[in-house]
Amino acid sequence: MKFKSIITAAIKSILKSRMRSLLTALGIIIGVAAVIVMVSIGEGAQKQVQEQIASLGSNLIIIYPGASNSGGVSRGAGSINRFTMDDVNRIKDEATFIKYISPIVRAGGQVIGGVGNWNTSTQGVSPEYLDIRAWKLSSGEFFTDKDVISRSKVCVLGSEVKKNLFPNDDPIGSLVRIRNVPFKVIGVLEEKGQSAMGVNNDDLILAPWSSVLDRLSGGRYINFIQASATSLAQMPQAQAELTKIMREAHKIQSPEDDDFTIRNQADLADAATATTKVLTLLLGSVAGVSLIVGGIGIMNIMLVSVTERTREIGIRLSIGARATDILVQFLTEAIMLSLSGGLIGIFLAFGMGYILNNYTSQPAVIQPAIIFISFAFSGAVGVFFGFYPARKAANLNPIDALRYE
Amino acid sequence: MSKIIIETRNLVKTYKVGDMEVNALKGINLKIFEGEFVAIMGASGSGKSTFMNVIGCLDQPTTGDYFLDNVLTSKLDKNQYAEIRNQKIGFVFQGFNLLSRTTALENVELPLMYDRHHRIKDPKKKAVEVLERVGLGDRMDHVPNQLSGGQQQRVAIARALVNEPSLILADEPTGNLDSKTSVEVFGLFQQLNKEGITIVLVTHERDYANFSKRIVELRDGKIIRDKEIEKPLTATEELEKLKTAEVNQEIS
Ligand SMILES: Nc1ncnc2c1ncn2[C@@H]1O[C@H](COP(=O)(O)OP(=O)(O)OP(=O)(O)O)[C@@H](O)[C@H]1O
Ligand SMILES: [Mg+2]
Repeated sequence: MKFKSIITAAIKSILKSRMRSLLTALGIIIGVAAVIVMVSIGEGAQKQVQEQIASLGSNLIIIYPGASNSGGVSRGAGSINRFTMDDVNRIKDEATFIKYISPIVRAGGQVIGGVGNWNTSTQGVSPEYLDIRAWKLSSGEFFTDKDVISRSKVCVLGSEVKKNLFPNDDPIGSLVRIRNVPFKVIGVLEEKGQSAMGVNNDDLILAPWSSVLDRLSGGRYINFIQASATSLAQMPQAQAELTKIMREAHKIQSPEDDDFTIRNQADLADAATATTKVLTLLLGSVAGVSLIVGGIGIMNIMLVSVTERTREIGIRLSIGARATDILVQFLTEAIMLSLSGGLIGIFLAFGMGYILNNYTSQPAVIQPAIIFISFAFSGAVGVFFGFYPARKAANLNPIDALRYE
Repeated sequence: MSKIIIETRNLVKTYKVGDMEVNALKGINLKIFEGEFVAIMGASGSGKSTFMNVIGCLDQPTTGDYFLDNVLTSKLDKNQYAEIRNQKIGFVFQGFNLLSRTTALENVELPLMYDRHHRIKDPKKKAVEVLERVGLGDRMDHVPNQLSGGQQQRVAIARALVNEPSLILADEPTGNLDSKTSVEVFGLFQQLNKEGITIVLVTHERDYANFSKRIVELRDGKIIRDKEIEKPLTATEELEKLKTAEVNQEIS
């Protein structure tokens, strides 16, 4: 048969049994759409996490009190498990691979000011903190070393706090009462969005660490230390140096006794990406199962139609079709059916991706690779299950194919 | 006489059903010459269909030789078999064996789709022609289940004719037709035979067998009688008789 008549014959045959064709294609449509959407959600989550980690700030190193294997063996009683400004100062004096360093002193509580009150976290930091996080101000200015020394009651609002307390007004110069202590607002941070670890970096207030220690947390302990290395390349040296300084400061002999944990951005990124990769894999395999189920559906329908089609094959053979004619016909039908099913599935996936990206907070990143893979797989499923029974029938004697029940 | 078109030598066909063996053909020796019109007769189960399927190259004999146009068919491969079915033989089945949900015209066109030599330049025109010849010019776009049994069989005959075969094989072609239509169909076969096409058909009715030039009778897979008919009936004459009978009936 000529190519054109093969194609038209396949289209005719597909249209002749619309319901069967639709059911067959439906398995492919749903399977392909599910695989693409699921994997794209995973990819989207992964991209989101990576972006957020990148937005944490460059060369960021975080030093937490407590051992790294927190879930395992507990540290001996009496070991120092909180930091003081001595630790920060010591690092500042001794470290050569650290550019900026800031203590973080956390104080939660009610903030009153502007149009009402708001529950948020107040963080005491040093002026360098802005550089460590690579954050920017949208208005006003940040506090200086002078404010730290004088323990000024000044603060900088996160964009979310500003929105809630001063929705319409410029807050600069106003007073807010943090746990009843009045602080003067001198700046507002730019909006940053949700962070990778689920912390909202817009819902906070920054103030000089000395003021927070003095007026709010009422002690001498700081929660953790953030620092940035002189460059990305020098991260390992910076970490090694920090470890050495901290051990000396805390008089620790062996690494097992470490009462601090040093993490860098790469560690965080690795952990988070690993989690989302597992998520992608999980979603992908769930969807893959649906594609296989779709494939089994196709097989069912193909098997059901085999009787009818075996007779049809018998008729075609009896009037002079060769086995290859039959195979080409069935292959063409199967390919056209699965191609159109796959195509509709891809369109469906793009539609769902559009909805996810525009109407939900869950982004979907549709990668060309997954489109290709699921499309190819669905095609293979369709071809295999459509082709195999046809091949069997095409190799029969015409009369046996005609008699087939 | 003219050349031999079909020759079987000791043709045997044995079906195996479980442990049982059914000997459908037990050594058939038959020669059919070009231009003959042969009717195969015999009781049900005597092996008529089995024989037709073998000489139609739809099935292979268990043992024995079948020469078609002096070619030993057992030496041919599957594709050559397909080519023979497509080019040399037009087969009309006991059942109609039309593609369902496919119009009469498309059914008739089908053999031309598988013609690798494209002997017929305009398949559609040819299909319309043969459909008109079997009297279905006004039913071309009907699908089989919109046609009567007789009409379906005529579509099947048109399909057998479309590739201009030199041999037409028909297994009880008039089994589902009323007597008038049956005679018309035999008229058609007689006309085709007059044009030089060899015809072998199976029929149960001696009346219809008398339209042929030779009757071969089978019993239990063997030929028990093979005789020429001196003066075959002419379908056109019989049709005239039928008409006058009808007219007479109406008058009285
Ligand atoms: N596929 C088959 N498997 C087993 N036995 C078969 C098969 N086809 C035919 N037979 C047997 O072979 C014998 C001849 O069958 P065949 O169909 O040739 O008879 P027939 O003369 O055409 O009968 P009818 O007039 O009823 O059509 C029968 O006994 C039948 O049961
Ligand atoms: Mg029979």
